Amino acid sequence: MSAQTTTGGVAERKVPPTSVRGAAMRGVVARPGQEAVEAKGWLRAHKWLLLRRASQLGILALFLLGPWFGWWIVKGNLSSSLTLGVLPLTDPFLIVQQLAAGHWPYREALLGGGIVLAFYLLFGGRLFCSWVCPVNLVTDAAAWLRRRLGLKGGKAPAGSTRYWLLGFVLVIAAATGALAWEWVNPVSMFHRGLIFGFGLAWGIVGGIFFYDLLIAPRGWCGHLCPQGAFYALLGRASVVRVSAARRSACNDCMDCFAVCPEPQVIRPALKGVGQDHPLILDADCTTCGRCVDVCGKDVFRITTRFNRSES
Amino acid sequence: MNEKVQPTGRAATSAPSPRRRFLKDAAGVAGGAGLLALGAGMYAKQASALPATAIRPPGALPEDDFLAACVRCGLCVRDCPYKTLKLAELGDGVATGTPYFEARDIPCEMCEDIPCVVACPTGALDRALTDIGKARMGLAVLIDQENCLNFLGLRCDVCYRVCPVIDKAITLERIHNPRSDRHAMLLPTVHSEHCTGCGKCEKACVLPGESAIKVLPIRLAQGSKAEHYLRGWEEKEAAGKSLIGDQVELPVRGLEDKAYGDTRVGPGESPQVPDYKPAQPAGGGLDSGWKP
Repeated sequence: MSAQTTTGGVAERKVPPTSVRGAAMRGVVARPGQEAVEAKGWLRAHKWLLLRRASQLGILALFLLGPWFGWWIVKGNLSSSLTLGVLPLTDPFLIVQQLAAGHWPYREALLGGGIVLAFYLLFGGRLFCSWVCPVNLVTDAAAWLRRRLGLKGGKAPAGSTRYWLLGFVLVIAAATGALAWEWVNPVSMFHRGLIFGFGLAWGIVGGIFFYDLLIAPRGWCGHLCPQGAFYALLGRASVVRVSAARRSACNDCMDCFAVCPEPQVIRPALKGVGQDHPLILDADCTTCGRCVDVCGKDVFRITTRFNRSES
Repeated sequence: MNEKVQPTGRAATSAPSPRRRFLKDAAGVAGGAGLLALGAGMYAKQASALPATAIRPPGALPEDDFLAACVRCGLCVRDCPYKTLKLAELGDGVATGTPYFEARDIPCEMCEDIPCVVACPTGALDRALTDIGKARMGLAVLIDQENCLNFLGLRCDVCYRVCPVIDKAITLERIHNPRSDRHAMLLPTVHSEHCTGCGKCEKACVLPGESAIKVLPIRLAQGSKAEHYLRGWEEKEAAGKSLIGDQVELPVRGLEDKAYGDTRVGPGESPQVPDYKPAQPAGGGLDSGWKP
């Protein structure tokens, strides 16, 4: 019911439409991207979303082929894995926790952690969040449902909470001499649960879904998750970035703000607040590409951080 | 540095200086995050108590170090050919995601190449362990002497038979059966210097339900040796002679031809006491005439 009213009545509000707060006050747009579907067709208006889901589910499928069908391409889970018996990959977030807890891991884990670290340093830390992490499916579902149900407001903790939490996670690891966060870390727990069995971990995943849905919009991924904070720190100098290259064409429809999991990153690039180039350089940007999809005017595109051109 | 705080949407609205506002907000956020992390830490501390029947894989570091090293990836589980190992799920009572096994379900088969240790990328399972016979996953304890069939005087012996380190880790010790007064009992006896804690004895115990012999963490299974207590016979062996001089050895009547201190009586032997008669049950009773 609120779907029609919110998309229609953008113009008559007094709050500046391009501020994050403005988007929050108007409530979320129930069906962002409709203009884009009309302008570009459904497929192009969902291109990055489909690619992203393919990536998330494909990576999950690689891990599940072994336990389900006996094709052991990848063993282990996102915390640490072995691909085709040769390629070790380890989550650098865990290695940092191990080092804080006072354990120096074997060469495989360090090598695997180095490979993953190098990848995310180069291509963008929070690519992990939007292209790999299985919790993203849960929080995206909560955000989608929140829009469709027209749930407005809510109380999310400050976005910096995750960085504090990241710091404390390491402090607690050092204080207890154990990977204390891994007892409760929903990210590793969810992925491990899908592959090795859940137990009561469904409760934690469900908790995140309902927290995001009913209490805090984008609360977990955007405000609390210390693992996301860690990857955001990695991504400060990453090459792959979103650019509002055709920002002159923007018609202030606000669809990008409605879908963006970190809407505060858009404004500096789109409206030139505090910067003159159209690149989104904020490390909180997960490079999910959803803004590219939902924009009917093709304002955004995924490019490199060296491409400051506008068109 | 505080001057650089970005003016947020509401910064201009009311009284306190931006610096004070910043400090207040930061303190609140830090406090909340700290509480959350502290909660996780305390939960972790509390939940790190391992249940007595949960056994870590071979080569596992001491539990404190293990919890700093294990990233819960499950590679050891994947390379266990007998599906012995599993990753703890939330609610299992074991630190969630860490590998363990329960001997009564599936014991460790003590693979010679120890694939679980080889698979571990972090060193939570220590690769210094190359001889599975040196693994110390736990220690078997014959914990229920009331229901163990051998303690009842029967010849079950199953735990002894299945022991991969038979006659070293578990021996059968023959002692007199005081109940029948004419039979032996062969008691399965675990020796800590050879037991790897694989749990095959616990798995094989024929009792329905719980096993009479169980693998326990070594911390629970063993008392601590009193460091000031010198064992005379060990000191004597090490030094080649008694530390306190030779003791007077008085003969025991009837056992003069036996080694000093050996009071055991074998079948067919009897103490050489004149007019010895075994005790008769009070009130007479029927003598079946049966002789051992």
